[in-house]
Amino acid sequence: MTHAFPFSAIVGQDQMKLAMILTAIDPKLGGVLVFGDRGTGKSTAVRALAALLPPISAVEGCPVQSATRAACPDWVELPENAEIHEYPTPVVDLPLGATEDRVTGALDIERALVNGEKAFQPGLLAQANRGYLYIDEVNLLEDHLVDLLLDVAQTGENVVEREGLSIRHPARFVLVGSGNPEEGELRPQLLDRFGLSVEVRSPDDIDQRVEVVQRRDAFEMQPDKFLKKWHREDTRVRGAILTARDILPDIKVRKRELRDCAELCIALGSDGLRGELTLLRACRALAAYEGAASVTRRHIRRIAPIALAHRLRRDPMDEAGSVSRVRRALDEVLA
Amino acid sequence: MTSMPDPWAQVWQTLRLFAVDPVGLGGLVLRARAGPARDMFVAAMPDLGLPKQRLHRSLSDAELFASMDFAATLSCGRPVYRPGLLTKPSAYHLSMAERCPAELAAKLAAQLDAGQSCLVAFDEGADPDETLPLALSDRVAFRIDLTDLRITEPRDLGTDKLMAARAALPMVQTSAEDISTLVQLSTRLGIDSLRAPYFALRAARCNAALNGRLSLSIEDLEIAAMLVLSHRATCLPTSEPEPEEQAAEPPEPSTNNKGMPDQDVLVEAVRMALPDGILPSALAQRTTATGTGAGDSRIARQRGRPIAPRRRRPDGRSRVDLIATLRMAAPWQKLRRATQGRISVLPSDICLKRFETQTERLLIFLVDASGSAARARLNEAKGAVEHLLARAYSHRDHVALIGFRNSSADILLPPNRSLVLAKRRLAALPGGGATPLADGLHCAGLMAGSALKRGMTPTVILLTDGRANVALDGQRDRNKAAEDAELTADWLRASKVRSVVLDTAIRPQKPLQNLAQRLGADHIALPRSSAAGMTQAIETAVNT
Repeated sequence: MTHAFPFSAIVGQDQMKLAMILTAIDPKLGGVLVFGDRGTGKSTAVRALAALLPPISAVEGCPVQSATRAACPDWVELPENAEIHEYPTPVVDLPLGATEDRVTGALDIERALVNGEKAFQPGLLAQANRGYLYIDEVNLLEDHLVDLLLDVAQTGENVVEREGLSIRHPARFVLVGSGNPEEGELRPQLLDRFGLSVEVRSPDDIDQRVEVVQRRDAFEMQPDKFLKKWHREDTRVRGAILTARDILPDIKVRKRELRDCAELCIALGSDGLRGELTLLRACRALAAYEGAASVTRRHIRRIAPIALAHRLRRDPMDEAGSVSRVRRALDEVLA
Repeated sequence: MTSMPDPWAQVWQTLRLFAVDPVGLGGLVLRARAGPARDMFVAAMPDLGLPKQRLHRSLSDAELFASMDFAATLSCGRPVYRPGLLTKPSAYHLSMAERCPAELAAKLAAQLDAGQSCLVAFDEGADPDETLPLALSDRVAFRIDLTDLRITEPRDLGTDKLMAARAALPMVQTSAEDISTLVQLSTRLGIDSLRAPYFALRAARCNAALNGRLSLSIEDLEIAAMLVLSHRATCLPTSEPEPEEQAAEPPEPSTNNKGMPDQDVLVEAVRMALPDGILPSALAQRTTATGTGAGDSRIARQRGRPIAPRRRRPDGRSRVDLIATLRMAAPWQKLRRATQGRISVLPSDICLKRFETQTERLLIFLVDASGSAARARLNEAKGAVEHLLARAYSHRDHVALIGFRNSSADILLPPNRSLVLAKRRLAALPGGGATPLADGLHCAGLMAGSALKRGMTPTVILLTDGRANVALDGQRDRNKAAEDAELTADWLRASKVRSVVLDTAIRPQKPLQNLAQRLGADHIALPRSSAAGMTQAIETAVNT
């Protein structure tokens, strides 16, 4: 097993890193979509996140990582003395070639053949419960899988009704998708489900580019030394995430900021209320991360582009893109 | 080494570097048609230290990833899995890479990202815009073009030397200046991806290892620039740095005194590696970023590329996928208590074969040549259509041209692929007269309908200023005309014909917006759009 590139060693791409940290603080934000050019560190960031996240405590041997024995689904046969252990937060890769069986889980054929009994073999959705589900090239995913994921992401529960099985289990995960818009668009239905979306670009700055190549080179050549060097910084980020999780419920949102959020969404004409809700949640998570007592306009300013840009009606003639539309609206509303 | 007159020398050099660090360098793209030169190249391929694995574009997931071996499963009575082609690290040889679909490219890219495999892609494309997906070409360091090369004697690459270099590779040190030189160079060459300078660095390191050096020299950087960066370049810097570039990096000469002269040598090296200073591959890659000229993929029953079979009841028209059916039944044999030597298959096990075919696209240009439109901007509309035609041509789309003026619509060009013909007919289209919009839509609808029947995917592109004043029956009645146009629009939409409305009026018209809505089409106001923006809008409309 090769080590992941350290999260804090990723040069620039602050928005992407911020979005990922926010989902770690509040998993209910609804996932991150990272769209951008090739070679901008999209996949690197997701894989680095896995190493950064604090461990979760789960019942030993439970296929869906339940926190307590009582929370385990009834079809799980646990040994009598199953203990609760700490496990790393699951980050599960959903390969494009995955079959439906592999994703939802299916009949355990081995047990069916050998013992002649009907048993459930959990799939990727079970593995990803309480963690992250990462789909690279999400825009190329087959349609029937996308529908399935949408359904599960919305209900937080995976229902399997096939091959004579009738099984349900919790599947609450943060969906992280990445892709390159040149290779295909994402359906608006799926786009809207992602809480935050980030567009990444290759850095224009020479020094930054040099730094990227330098760090990558150092990592590939002497991974141990490099990991050690960045360990402290990674620990600091992890600590900040844990603290933020603790104080998250105490973050106050005043009426004025609520109004700002609503006005912003009206000005942008985003569909539905999901935009406001996500914006608010993300602002709260950011305030917690920064250790602030309440959400301020500064937080809104920072979050709005990543929470709203993908919810706007597409305007093909607007060369500037959605992010600058959000910026313009911000300047007007928060003037 | 600075002068590289012999292209074969470059080929051998590339192979040597590749052999030293195959996984780190990702792989290479070999652009060549099947022929003796390619055979020789393949024969000369050094040992990469990885098992060779041939792949082709129509491999299914079951073959790529682990799947159940149904014969073994049946005989053993327990599930036996066959490893997929991608499950163990190998050197993938992908034939006909220019036809590699995006899905396979994504799977291979993930495999390359895992950092244990490398890819040798055989690109047999004939046209410059026929290349393998960018997701793959970006992840491999080298590109070799054998198109115009004559066969020569294969060179012995020296296995011992390669092995020694492989062992020495981790010892080679790189300095901050080396990295900064390569990054700056790739920026000056207009290369966006950061994988490029990184691959160049690795290639330079391999070259140093081959020559028994422990740090990079200018010669290593030169060779890396020539072999890794030159084919990615999208612009060539002039010998004197441009004024704004100087302004952007004023402190450079002082801090990086050693770096700057290097750069010019390196740019020279890149220039030399390119035939006559043109940037063929890079330009082609830019233009083929979207679309492949194919219409919708659709699931077919009888022909096309096989895709995963589905469990369905036989409907008499589809073919039963025997193997998938047996595979479905296999695990249940013991439970069903099948007698020895017999397989018990239930109707619920039956899988049907499914195929995917791609339809061809047809763009129907419906051009308003009435008096009002002519006065407004018929010529600009013609220019826009020409632009789109060029685009359609490069995507192998069929095009058709319908003009409407006075009392009726005329088919100026039936669906075909001739760009020249379309251009000529368009230029000859006179302006003036009334606007029989409804008849134009009707005509386009009939054409689209017949195209649908032939299995094409038609899209109607309507250019008008929206002031319909001739009804379907030829009467000059503004209200009736508008009503007829809307009814025809409804009919078009109901027959599932996609359309785009380009508004050529000076001010966008409300009635036309309504019409676009009834057509279910995008409404694009021409005066406010750039040529590129318009093309993109149409691309989206056509591709979705």
